[in-house]
Amino acid sequence: MALNFYISVDLILLTNRKAKNLVELLDVIKSAPGSVIFYHTHRFLQQHHYLSPEPPNDFAYWTTNVLLERVIGEKLASVNIISYHTLTELKDKFVSILEEYLRDVKEIRDAPEGMEFHFMQSKSFILKTDYVAHNLREFYDIIKKLSIHSLYYHVFQSRLRLEKSDNDFSIWLREELCEEKLADSISRLDPYTQTLEGLRSKICSLVEVRLNDKD
Amino acid sequence: MIKIDDYKPIVGEEIVEELFLIGKQLRGKVVQNINSTSVGGGVAEILSRMVPLLQQLEIDARWDVIKAGEKFFTITKKVHNALHGVELEISQQELDYFLEVNNNNANSMALYGDIIFVHDPQPVALAEKKNEIGRKWIWRCHIDFSNPQEKIWHFLKSYIEKYDAAVFSAPAFARELSIPQILISPSIDPLSDKNKELSEQEIKSVFERFKIDMSRPIITQISRFDYLKDPVGVIEAYKLAKKYVDCQLVLAGGSATDDPEGEKVLNEVKEKASGDPDIFILLLPPGSDFEINALQRGSTVILQKSLREGFGLTVTEALWKEKPVIASAVGGIPLQITHKYSGILTTTIEGTAYWIKQLIQATEYALKLGKNGHEHVKNNFLITRHLMDYMLTFISLFHEKDVVHLD
Repeated sequence: MALNFYISVDLILLTNRKAKNLVELLDVIKSAPGSVIFYHTHRFLQQHHYLSPEPPNDFAYWTTNVLLERVIGEKLASVNIISYHTLTELKDKFVSILEEYLRDVKEIRDAPEGMEFHFMQSKSFILKTDYVAHNLREFYDIIKKLSIHSLYYHVFQSRLRLEKSDNDFSIWLREELCEEKLADSISRLDPYTQTLEGLRSKICSLVEVRLNDKD
Repeated sequence: MIKIDDYKPIVGEEIVEELFLIGKQLRGKVVQNINSTSVGGGVAEILSRMVPLLQQLEIDARWDVIKAGEKFFTITKKVHNALHGVELEISQQELDYFLEVNNNNANSMALYGDIIFVHDPQPVALAEKKNEIGRKWIWRCHIDFSNPQEKIWHFLKSYIEKYDAAVFSAPAFARELSIPQILISPSIDPLSDKNKELSEQEIKSVFERFKIDMSRPIITQISRFDYLKDPVGVIEAYKLAKKYVDCQLVLAGGSATDDPEGEKVLNEVKEKASGDPDIFILLLPPGSDFEINALQRGSTVILQKSLREGFGLTVTEALWKEKPVIASAVGGIPLQITHKYSGILTTTIEGTAYWIKQLIQATEYALKLGKNGHEHVKNNFLITRHLMDYMLTFISLFHEKDVVHLD
């Protein structure tokens, strides 16, 4: 079956929920829907996709830079998003880090007025593009010119937000083209530690090597 | 007239293609914008740019203006100030008149849009008509809403909640409302006089006119002379930094004739600056977009040391010009600056002075901040992103789920 390429564009919704310290942050995260967790762990990716190393997730950034709580900030920043397959699992990880830290902490520090953490959520709109790949060569040609909104959808959003087992490219390569090894290599790329352009060029190189092997 | 294709070299062809792709979803729908004035003011300026661009994306976007007289606008000016937290009394008679004008307009103007997009508080009560005619209604708040006077907020809230969604410019402006609240940041137009590319010669001519030495570092804050922009704090920060690095300070902004405090602030600033030939206080007349553009482009570091801020579009403008910016973490500024990535956020005069010194001396780092800031604005705060957000807002009215698959 051919691979259809999609783009995803997000609208940001305000939840009117905010936190001024870690207790409140934990409280809101606990009851937050997946769309809130997705927004705050992927905002930097969408807005700062040209930066590498990119800033960490919003929870870590606020804890470190506003509350000036470096230890817990570092722990929140080190959450390896690529290792989670659902937003619920990811949320539980943030909850457990915060709960563990708050069990022992003696003093709760408040953010300066006006610098509270504002919770937001993304509403995602997914649209089909005109690009369709039927084989590895076509896949390669499309990846080279694909918009980053499309790359973002197939690598990040599809896997975590739509809770697929892997990124769309690896699933298609494995299941439709029987390119097991190439699919695994793309799965192993950690998209959270590079820019979207860097990711595109790595995927292109891997496919290029495979195309050369076949020739 | 600016064409949508003119943005392709700036944002990339694929972004403009995506705008057309999203626009297709709105074919057959009429989007009716309504505000209170067709000329003057920020909203009219935004609509005069956005409506033609939406039309070029083949969306049937239109723009109507309510009819109202001086008495109404005197009242809405008070409402505006009360929403900014100013303590003042708005009488019941004034609120009744506000509603009467809204009601007259609701009954006399053609409300033909499939989506009725109402801007700012002046025409907010048009939504009384929603029960009768149906349609989708959005209320767009363009002003700082972080600290409104309770009484006026409760008055407006009862009308805002009649809408299908409300749109705010910064997270801090979100309120307790029963309807969805959408965040849409304002934007700048990279093709406008204030932001377009300028030649070296054009930039130089402005600095020569103001007798500012371009061979030495220049720190600039562009803002009106207002306590909330803390111009005196800026001078103090400059003086602290100047003990260790050579620099000049430019404070440039519009005249403050409609602000009784403006003259007082300006006098204080002049007094604080007196005796230092390296401080330039420039009172610019309206329409000085070219001069502001040149001053920003020719500066070494840009400051925005506001104590309170709306979204802070002067920060957006400076970031777009690849300048290292030091700004306060207030209003919409933290949305634009990620500390040490795309600019510097400070909270004190001393901290501001520290970073002025750093950025004047660490030129490579300052350059990197400027480049990151430019990329951030390119991706998030240009008019093309604003168009996309508006279209998604319209589409969102017809889809409830968090993830929407469109045909």
